[in-house]
Amino acid sequence: MSVKRFLAEKAEGILLNWADQREMMARFELECCTAEELILQSGYLPTRYQRNQQMISTEQQLQLLQSKVAVVGCGGLGGYILEELARLGVGQIVAIDPDLFEESNLNRQLLSSLKLLGTAKVDAAVARIAEINPVVRVCPIAEAFDKKNGEKMLAAADLVIDAVDNIPARLDLAETCTQMNIPLVHGAIAGWFGQVVTVFPGEQTLQKLYANWSGGKGIEAGLGNPSFTPAVAASLQVAEACKLLLGQGEPLQGKMLSINLLDMQFDEIPL
Amino acid sequence: MKVNVKLFASFQTGRFKQETREYPEQTLIGTVIDELNIPAGEVGILLLNAVHAKPEQPLSEGDLLAIFPLVGGG
Repeated sequence: MSVKRFLAEKAEGILLNWADQREMMARFELECCTAEELILQSGYLPTRYQRNQQMISTEQQLQLLQSKVAVVGCGGLGGYILEELARLGVGQIVAIDPDLFEESNLNRQLLSSLKLLGTAKVDAAVARIAEINPVVRVCPIAEAFDKKNGEKMLAAADLVIDAVDNIPARLDLAETCTQMNIPLVHGAIAGWFGQVVTVFPGEQTLQKLYANWSGGKGIEAGLGNPSFTPAVAASLQVAEACKLLLGQGEPLQGKMLSINLLDMQFDEIPL
Repeated sequence: MKVNVKLFASFQTGRFKQETREYPEQTLIGTVIDELNIPAGEVGILLLNAVHAKPEQPLSEGDLLAIFPLVGGG
């Protein structure tokens, strides 16, 4: 039986359920991602993506599967970003973070849990994504991002998401993305507040944003971070990422979205 | 002279959101920041009439000055 015939037989309308996707992998000896690529290329849709439609078409779902996104930082922002990218169906994710989970992460970091205290954040990311969407190939890098290794870490990425927790790493990341010609979706949080901006290659947006920085942390040092602020900023970053990967909508280009959850005030600031 | 000062995020706490304030002619942006007891190290972007500005720049009558904190958490 050909793959085409198998799909025609098993699919209900355009939908193919996970059990049949597994059977297809076994019968035709296909890797998880290869099977999904064939399904989408044949115009069928894995049932898990049913509710992505019609905002994301089957062709666009294939585009997402063939995309590679690097997430730098797997803590407060990064945990939500990884989860949302995997559920969205982004095919390749590079997860970068040198840290292990500790107790003070539990108030906000989605991938943290009591039993994972002491576990590397990138290993937790691999395990979590395998549970949600085994089609996604996750490349874990348990190292801090720096300019020296940056190009290797971000190799072949279509998009980079900035979810690190310190300003010098953000500036290094912005510089590396410029050199590599990769768009960057920046997010940062502190207490009730946050900011999101998308940087296209050649723009010096983050350099402008942090032009007055002379060392140390931002206001997050005093304000901390609750459970909801990272979820809000991370979701906005993934929305930007989704739009960029699909070439849709209007990104936050040349302007920062300033988020104030205390007063529910959202301002677009020209940069 | 009158300057319209707009504060963002945590800079509003214990201060104000937006206020028209009186300053001597040629007051520098940095002086306004000091007068408001905002630690210089916490200042992110400064927008003077919607254009990026530096603390050394002087203000003029009717200016709109927006002061944002540095936000870097993840």
